[in-house]
Parts: sequence; structure tokens; C-alpha cells
Amino acid sequence: MRYQPLNLARWILWGATAAVFIVAPLVFTSSFALTMLTQMGSFIIFALSYNMLLGQGGMLSFGHAVYSGLGAYIAAHALNLMGKGAFAFPVTLLPLIGGLAGMLFGVMFGYVTTRRAGTTFALISLGVGEMVFACVLMFPGFFGGEAGISTNRVVGKAFLGVSYGPAIQVYYLVAAWCLISMAAMFALTQTSLGRMANAVRDNPERAEFVGYDTQKVRFLQLVLASFFAGVSGGLSCINFEIVSAENVSALSSGGVLIATFIGGVPFFFGPILGAIVFIFFVVALSGFTKAWLLYLGLFFVLMVLYAPGGLASLLLLHIPLLRARRLNRLALPYLLAGGAVLLALAGVIGLVEMIYRLSEQGASTVISLPGVSFDAATAPPWLSFGFLLMAGLAALHFAARFFSRRWHDVQTEIRAA
Amino acid sequence: MTTALELHDVHKSFGSTKIINGVSLEVRAGERHAIIGPNGAGKSTLYNLVSGRFPVSSGKIVLYGEEITGLKPCEINRKGLSRSFQVTNIFHNMSVYENIRCAVLWPAGYRYSFWSRVGGLKDVQRRAEETMERIGLARRRDVLAGVLTYAEQRALEIGITIAGGASVVLLDEPTAGMSRSETAHAVQLIRDVTVGKTLIMVEHDMGVIFDLADRISVLVYGEIIATGAPADIRSNAAVQEAYLGSFKKEKHDA
Repeated sequence: MRYQPLNLARWILWGATAAVFIVAPLVFTSSFALTMLTQMGSFIIFALSYNMLLGQGGMLSFGHAVYSGLGAYIAAHALNLMGKGAFAFPVTLLPLIGGLAGMLFGVMFGYVTTRRAGTTFALISLGVGEMVFACVLMFPGFFGGEAGISTNRVVGKAFLGVSYGPAIQVYYLVAAWCLISMAAMFALTQTSLGRMANAVRDNPERAEFVGYDTQKVRFLQLVLASFFAGVSGGLSCINFEIVSAENVSALSSGGVLIATFIGGVPFFFGPILGAIVFIFFVVALSGFTKAWLLYLGLFFVLMVLYAPGGLASLLLLHIPLLRARRLNRLALPYLLAGGAVLLALAGVIGLVEMIYRLSEQGASTVISLPGVSFDAATAPPWLSFGFLLMAGLAALHFAARFFSRRWHDVQTEIRAA
Repeated sequence: MTTALELHDVHKSFGSTKIINGVSLEVRAGERHAIIGPNGAGKSTLYNLVSGRFPVSSGKIVLYGEEITGLKPCEINRKGLSRSFQVTNIFHNMSVYENIRCAVLWPAGYRYSFWSRVGGLKDVQRRAEETMERIGLARRRDVLAGVLTYAEQRALEIGITIAGGASVVLLDEPTAGMSRSETAHAVQLIRDVTVGKTLIMVEHDMGVIFDLADRISVLVYGEIIATGAPADIRSNAAVQEAYLGSFKKEKHDA
């Protein structure tokens, strides 16, 4: 399935996206929100570039952070050299250096990884990821060991008042690169190579018998994807002013896989949603709770089980209802299901937080929330949260049935109309 | 008359099992050549060797005077040899139009291009639409290939095979699993789309064979025991012994 709006609709869509990019920091003005938005921007590029492999080329990579990470390292070194006055180059175009570096490593590693498809590709990509991570720690002279290398994005004279000192300027730099990269990656899906990448994904044998070397299609697709991964690496180098081993780690590779999948692999815009949700988990939730990774994992598992097409597929399911002006018929079932989910979630969160609190040595077992405080070392909170969870799940069971009945009815109505 | 495809003493074994045992064959340019033989004779294997899907164990395959032994399937395809499959082998998640377009892109010269927008390529569009017209699927242009009827999928299979303009076309049981009327339709389609091309086909339906083929080769246990015009094959004693006889008996029993 492919989402292909009319050309006019497409222009409106791109225009709206650009408008959101411009307006977002004016609406969410806190510095925390700005940090998050900036990270979302560069992660959107990263996730989209990952989907060039997974979604469009059928290549499940466990080592995509290699290209963004090494791109970031090279960008950091370039930035440091620029700071020392070794050469003059606009910081605005630094992500290009990151991108070209990512692409170079894409050529090197991709030559090996793309020789095979499927499981073999996945395993080799995992191996390359581990190898690069080991090398980063082995050559501290270039990579700075565990601590990584730090840099300073403010180099040279400000151009038209743009020095990239203030965070807002970095945000708009990321936003501009993000928009350009999105458009470029979308354009790539419409080319000969992009279409044949789909063909190789669906039926490599037939692709081979219409004249295409499947290995070469995968290779070129990976090289282009690693360029955009490198661009996102360059942007994160500018944003954080530090690049460390974590940038090339399996953790980062896994992160982009999770984000892309949550967003929706079968759709071009899926990874955009995925990146936004993922960064929200990473940046916002990690400030509140140590269990954020567990919540993210739980969410990921639920998505894989119940919505393998990701958030994008869930959204697209509603478009026919919206067209038929019947979305309001789902308001009640959504309200009920939402209530049940909140109830179950409250139970899960309570239990998880208590477990985390008890496993922390030396921490007080008393958890205080606004308006309520309880001791995790006693039985009553366990029973209450356990009850909440059970009640929530039971309610969800009935709400889901109600929902699916209503959904079915509305579909029938639309078909009849 | 020039020779389109030549096989010189081609052998193929999987482990110690010999499947193709010294096949030599000449297919003239422009002829419709059928390969028949009982099940397990090695017909599909022979196709896989010629199209580069499997490497030969020994021997030589020559396409228009140029040796193609050991080349990859894509390289052989680019030299003008295209094949279909016995089990429908199409892009199920793409529309009919996109399926055909995939087969047109390379010969139209767009190859691995990542700069020109496929939707705007008029020559590709024209060639794909022509092909859809010829295989009778023009009205099913935007239907996903996976939801076509079986006969339509078989037609699409042939469409993908001929869309690139290959001069030598190998069809592997194009009418397998079709009803009488569908078969008649498919035979007409094959006749139409292979005008001016060299056609090699594997087929079980003797009606189709004697209807279409200019010459027939009989493959039994990995060896070609006879090659000739349909009438000669019909009257060839060895062939009757090895194949047609048992075929007639089968028919009689059924």
C-alpha cells in the first residue's frame, strides 16, 4: 500500500509541514521544548534514512548508527579544525560534510553488507556495528574514547547575525536541513532506483530477471541512506557539541529501528511520526522516570503486536471515515477505550515505579506525588495498583469489543452509502 | 538463417544427481521452439541454466554468437534474453502498471538513475501502456497484481517478460493451470506478443505445442532425444516410445 495524495494535496502537505517547522518554537517557547524540537528534527532525518533501508529496500539493519555516528565524528573534527582556523567553511553546510563522510563509510561497509539480503544482511550489519563500536574505543586518539570529542559550534564571524550560539538558531538550521532532506528522500522514492528498491524488496528474483543487479540496487540505496544518516549526525554534532561512542553504538542503531517501526515502515511519512514519539520518550520521559526505556519497550512491543503498520497505518485507517464525515461516531468508543487505557496505565506505572524504587539502594521507599504519597515497602499500594491494572484490562476488554463493533458498523454504513 | 541460442554439451548435476546430461541445441532466430518431456526430465533446470539462475556444471551457452555461460541473470537479461516462470513470479504489492514499468526501466536506459522522476518519463509510460494494451490488462492498470485473477496474473507474467523488448523469450508452462478458454486466449496472446521474436517454451499441453511450435525438442532424463518439426516428432519412434506413448496412455486412462 502506498499513500499518494494528489499533487495539490502534496503541495499543501509540504507547505503545512514547513509552516509547522517555522511556528513550532514560537508556540513551545521553553528552552526544554526547543531542545526537544531540535532533536526531533535531526532524528526525523535519521529515521527516514533508516526507512530507505527497512521500508523501501527491505533491509533490516542493526547498525545504521554507524553512518550517522561516524558522520558526526568527522563533522566534529572538521568543526574543530575550522575553530583552529585550519580552513574556512560555513557551519550552515557542516551537515554536508557529515553526510559525505557517512556516504563514504556507506560505500565501504555497504559493499560488504549488501552482498546478501534478508537475515544475512541483518547479521552482517550487526557485526559491522559492533566492529565500528570496538574501533571507536580502540583508537582514542581520533575518537576520544568513552568520553568522545567535544567541539564548539561557534566559529568564525557571525554571518547576518547568525552565529549558531543561541539554541533557536540551531533549531532553524536543523529545521531547514530536515525539510530539505525530507523532500530529497521523498523525491528519491519516485526515481528509477527508488522504485526498483521496492521491487528488489518484494521479489529480488524477478528484479534480477528484468535486468537489475539486486546487489547493486541494495548497495546504492544504502549509500544514499548513509548520506542522510551522516547529515543527521552532522546536525547532532552541531546541536550537542559532543560526539561519543554512544553515537555509533548498537543502542543508537536499535533506537532508530524502534522509532521507525513505531512510526510505520510501509509509509514514507511513518518514520517522521516515529521520530517525534521516540524523542518525546527519550527526552521528556527520561526526565521524569528511570523506567522510560521500559515504557518505550512496552510501547514498541504493543505496536509490533497490534499495529505492525505503525502509527501511520492507524492514522490512515481513519481517512475514509473522515471523508464520510463519520468520525464522530467513534468518539464514544474512543472515550471509553481511552479511559480503560488510562486506568490500566496507572496500574502499570504504579507497579513499575515501585519496583524501580525498591531496587534502588539507599533510596527512600516513600513515593510522593502531588496530593498522594505512599510507601512502596508496604502491601496496600501494591494491591491498589494491581487492582487498577486488572480493572483497566477488564474495562479495556469490553471497550475493545464495543469499539470493534462500532468500527464494523461504520464501515458497513460507508460501504452502503 | 542465424542462430539465436546455442547450447553446446551442457551438463548440470546437483551433488551426484545428474539432471542435465549433455544437452546440445540450436534455436534459430525467429522460430517458435517448444521443449517437451515428461515430468522431471529437466526442462525447468534447462531454463534456469540458460537464464543464469543456476551455473552450468560444464558446457557452453551462446546467445547470438556471444557466450553467456556464467553470466548473472541480470546480465543475460540485458543481452536480450527474457524468461517467465512456471510459478507466477510478479511484484504482488505493485499495480499492474508498476509491474510492467519495472521491466521497462532498464531497457529504456534509466538503470539505477536516482535523479529523474519515474512518473514523468514519457517513453517509459508509453512502452508500459503499449505492453498492457497487448496483454489485455490496460483496464486493470491500477489494480494490485496480487489481487488479479490467476489467468490475469499469467498474462502479467508474460507482459513483464516481453515488456523490455527482449529478442529471445523463454516461457515456462505459460498455460499451466488454465481452463480451456483461458488456454486458447493465452495461445493467441503468446502468438501476438512474440511476432518477430525467438520463442522458446516449455509446455505440457500438447494442443498448445502442436498449435504454436515451428520445431520441437524432446528432453528425456536430461538428454535431448529428438529435435524436429511437429509432424516429424509425432511420427518419431523413439519419442513415441519415451514420451508421447506414455502421454497418450495417460490421456486414455484419464
